[in-house]
Amino acid sequence: MSSASTTSVFMPPAVTEVAKNVDTLYGFLLIASLISCILVIGGLIYFAMKYRRQGDNDKVPYISHNTALEFLWSFIPFVIFMVAFVWGWVVYYQLRTFPVDSMEVMVNAQKWNWVFTYKNGRKSPALLTVPVNQNVKLIMTSKDVLHSFFIPAFRNKQDVVPGRYTAVWFNAEKLGSYQVFCAEYCGDNHAGMLAKIDVVTRAEFDQWLSTEPYKGLAPAQIGQKIYSTSCIACHGLAPGEKKTGPTFAGIFGKTEELEGGGTVTVDENYIRESMMLPNAKIVKGFQGVMPTQSGQLDDEEVAGVIEYLKTLK
Amino acid sequence: MASAPGVNYLNEKSGIWSWLTTLDHKRIGILYMIAVMTFFFIGGVFAMLIRYELFRSGSQIMDGPMYNRAMTFHGAIMVFMVIIPGIPAFLGNFIMPMMIGAKDVAFPRVNLMSWYCLLIGAAVAFVSLIYHGADTGWTFYTPYSISTQNGTIWMVVGAFIIGFSSILTGLNFIVTIHKLRAPGMSFWRMPLFVWALYSTALLQVLATPVLAITLLLLTMERLFGVGIFDPTLGGDPVLFQHFFWFYSHPAVYIMILPAMGVVSELIATFSQKTIFGYKAIALSSVGIAAVSFFVWGHHMFVSGQSEIAGIVFSFITMLVGVPTAIKTFNWTATLYKGSIRFDSPLLFALGFLFLFTIGGVTGIILATVGVDVHFHDTYFVVAHFHYVMVGGTLMSIMGGIYYWWPKMFGRMVDERPARISFVLIFVGFNVTFFPQFILGAMGMPRRYFDYLPEYESLNKISSVGAWTIGAGFLVGLAALIHAWKYGKISGPNPWNSKTLEWQTPSPPPHENFTTQPVVTAGPYEYR
Repeated sequence: MSSASTTSVFMPPAVTEVAKNVDTLYGFLLIASLISCILVIGGLIYFAMKYRRQGDNDKVPYISHNTALEFLWSFIPFVIFMVAFVWGWVVYYQLRTFPVDSMEVMVNAQKWNWVFTYKNGRKSPALLTVPVNQNVKLIMTSKDVLHSFFIPAFRNKQDVVPGRYTAVWFNAEKLGSYQVFCAEYCGDNHAGMLAKIDVVTRAEFDQWLSTEPYKGLAPAQIGQKIYSTSCIACHGLAPGEKKTGPTFAGIFGKTEELEGGGTVTVDENYIRESMMLPNAKIVKGFQGVMPTQSGQLDDEEVAGVIEYLKTLK
Repeated sequence: MASAPGVNYLNEKSGIWSWLTTLDHKRIGILYMIAVMTFFFIGGVFAMLIRYELFRSGSQIMDGPMYNRAMTFHGAIMVFMVIIPGIPAFLGNFIMPMMIGAKDVAFPRVNLMSWYCLLIGAAVAFVSLIYHGADTGWTFYTPYSISTQNGTIWMVVGAFIIGFSSILTGLNFIVTIHKLRAPGMSFWRMPLFVWALYSTALLQVLATPVLAITLLLLTMERLFGVGIFDPTLGGDPVLFQHFFWFYSHPAVYIMILPAMGVVSELIATFSQKTIFGYKAIALSSVGIAAVSFFVWGHHMFVSGQSEIAGIVFSFITMLVGVPTAIKTFNWTATLYKGSIRFDSPLLFALGFLFLFTIGGVTGIILATVGVDVHFHDTYFVVAHFHYVMVGGTLMSIMGGIYYWWPKMFGRMVDERPARISFVLIFVGFNVTFFPQFILGAMGMPRRYFDYLPEYESLNKISSVGAWTIGAGFLVGLAALIHAWKYGKISGPNPWNSKTLEWQTPSPPPHENFTTQPVVTAGPYEYR
């Protein structure tokens, strides 16, 4: 069963032990469902064909009920449902029982990105790097509205709620890169609120964690890194591209018309202001939906973004 | 209007004003039909646009904000303005008083007021379009619904007003069924459609006020900053979900119970055989209604509610499965040794059973909490509730319309276009929604205007299916309009049905019966 469950019908590959247990249960439910459907729909089609009307004088029997039969077809589904319930409970217990020796990572969700913060202060937007065969606990909260952290390969999902902490845990058994979705509707760019989980060897992880993320990079390269994780969901790079926010193509030095009249020339201070107080001056034709980057990005990173924007002709 | 000869409810008065001020339950039923069909058309156009956007990966005709508005309007229109009033207020209004041998409902003025509530509520909801639409989804989850800057508040107030339409109809039906049954019509002689409407009415009266309160709190929070759901004001966003689903889960049964009632009528009539397990079906309607109040938390397995709550809700949800399964078996058993006639109403009833069975078993998969964690908020859920709501409720509305059309207008619907319509809807439906189960298993979340390239091929299939459904409904509409104008005169009881509504002329006279009917036997005495 376990070898079958890792290649469960249409599910992404199962990467954790718990995911395999979910798949085994799912396999059972699928087979039970299939049998039920064949019995009910098959019976339906068989009876409908067999007892087609022959004429207006057909004699039909008067069968009002059959207690034994009715008891049987109430009791058997009840038993199957109870098996599903108890089995589901067991798997749910595994999904939600946190091992004590977990590596903890903080997760901050906000429209429309994920930021992962490690114990040593290392911050990583949109990319969670973890060692293989390690219990990992994610402690999550949201800065604005509801989000939901969903990793199909781990068969796990948990809503992220402002004003409180929720958590998920996993132990990835296979190296690889796994997709994270936001599964709770969160507005304009809900579909773009993605992240990846990179499962790497212990040695690679230790090296990654201790490396200064921007070591040896020019400011514009730093900015490009930030763009590709934090800005890309809402700002395009092609001329005239309209996503949730304006395109960055040729943005530096351009004069923009503003919502509610007036113009502004895009310079260092306007970019900084737009990151810290996004609703202060909104470009015409857009809505003030950008979350503030205040507290998200430090001075080096803000300067990096400004330098990167200058390179986009 | 070209209708059957004789004076009947359609021609006893004329002029638009006589319709807009009518107190006749049959005319109000027709008013509901026109309103619901119009809303269904609008909601359907949104569905077609959504499937066009999702035909390919990337943005086609809509960006994120536009898509979110389209899916909100599709959901809110279909739930609040089509499926909830669809069977009780439209078919129920027209048929139920006749089925129990009454002249009208207990409170005809309240009945008319319910219709105006629906219309006013809908009008208010559409005002949101002027203020950049609404983009919360039909669920209005906080704190998003509090922070989003647009016409959401109009949509919320619209849903609030429509709720009163539902409450008043429910109240009217409960009193009517208790007080206005013909002599001899005991509870155990009521047709199963009446039992279903009775159970539904209980839900409408008991659950809908909770929605009203919830939406009122939401409005107060949005307009006056009263902190109830918003964490920055000391509120709890998960509380909103509890309130919302405390109504909206019973509302699922407001949608499906009457559909089950229609199917019971269709199966008995078209197999010319007494229904198998009458009492079991009747009582399971009431049972489903009662238990449905205690399962709301299965919408919240991953919301942050406690694990124990999740397990308890999973258990109770399994219990709802039992009476539902019983009904399905009873319908199948009714066909056994019947004299089955494959007219279009029966085709829709069989379509209902086929699709509802798939919707039911996938419901059990989702009720299994350990598996639901993966499927929650994916396309698996979207497919599941469309199988239940569209495959269930809409199929049964269509079956009911074809079945009772001769009763309403005294004319038969031409079988050929009706069958073509059925085939297009049935095949199109499966092509649309079966691939969505697979998309959900693969992990595609719902409410995404754009998706990863690996989901594209199944989405294309799904879109083609959706357009097939659209074509099917257009064919059906044409068939109905044709029948209304030019259909063959049906006579009072074209299907040889035993229930009371057929024992009077079609279309019926004002006040339904020429002489007071007296009931001496059960509703399905086919021998």
